[in-house]
Amino acid sequence: MTKDESSAMDCHQLVEAITDYLEGALPAEERASLDEHLTVCPDCRTYLEQMRQTIRLAGRLTEESIPAAGRDELLAVFRTWRARRS
Amino acid sequence: MGERTEEASLLEALRAGDEQAFARLVDELSGPMRRLARTFVPSSAVAEDVVQETWLAVLEGLERFEGRSSLKTWIFRILTNRAITRGQRERRSIPFSSLLDAEAGQAEPAVDPSRFRPPGSRWAGGWLEPPRSWDPIPEDRLLSKETLAVISSAIDQLPPGQRSVITLRDIEGFGSQEACNVLEVSETNQRVLLHRARSRVRRALERYFDDADESARPERG
Repeated sequence: MTKDESSAMDCHQLVEAITDYLEGALPAEERASLDEHLTVCPDCRTYLEQMRQTIRLAGRLTEESIPAAGRDELLAVFRTWRARRS
Repeated sequence: MGERTEEASLLEALRAGDEQAFARLVDELSGPMRRLARTFVPSSAVAEDVVQETWLAVLEGLERFEGRSSLKTWIFRILTNRAITRGQRERRSIPFSSLLDAEAGQAEPAVDPSRFRPPGSRWAGGWLEPPRSWDPIPEDRLLSKETLAVISSAIDQLPPGQRSVITLRDIEGFGSQEACNVLEVSETNQRVLLHRARSRVRRALERYFDDADESARPERG
């Protein structure tokens, strides 16, 4: 293997570096190497896009709202707390 | 800057006994709190308990809160401490911090290594079995209940460290520093856990979309 080949990032390395890349935690040199790889590798661009979609879709999970009983109880506690302090 | 003032006025309102302000905060944070608590305790009922307890502790501590972290981080920190303590009592597990470190220390590939060309071969490390683009999938399918259920169940099956990190970061939208503060984990380990978690969720989605793809294809005969 030539020196040049060993310093370039391959697809397997890219999938492991992807989170550091998205988090902006990759050293400049590796970041450049990853960016360069993306320009020539459509499969890794697809992979990156899938990671971005995964993050976006996880952000769409909605919360069940708090049960009314628990909420009322908390507000009652709040009123007691307020009364005790004044 | 705007966030700080907003936070200061919220704090002032709470301390002044503004019930509306408290109700809004409870409505905003209880869902995310329950989800995070659930990663440490064995049932939703216990998680619910921990959330209620946390709010009581918040009221008790409000006067002493100095604003060294954001109010939200402070509340989640209280929650995490209580949930971990409760979780340990319920299942006598090992301490959470050592659990996190142990989890981060285990190697786990983001993608099955057999999908890449083996070392020593031509184009070593290149894709043998590349991912199929999700671009053709319509938005309403991506956001469908079924797809979200796949994500939710993948997250539920993650080990606790990965689950708590992805819950805070990607579901609740915490920044990396905030997540580290809440979980008391190093930046590096937080990133390792996030990487594993996201990679596993992506794999679950890929499996789901690819399977659906296969079955939608007309049978050849």
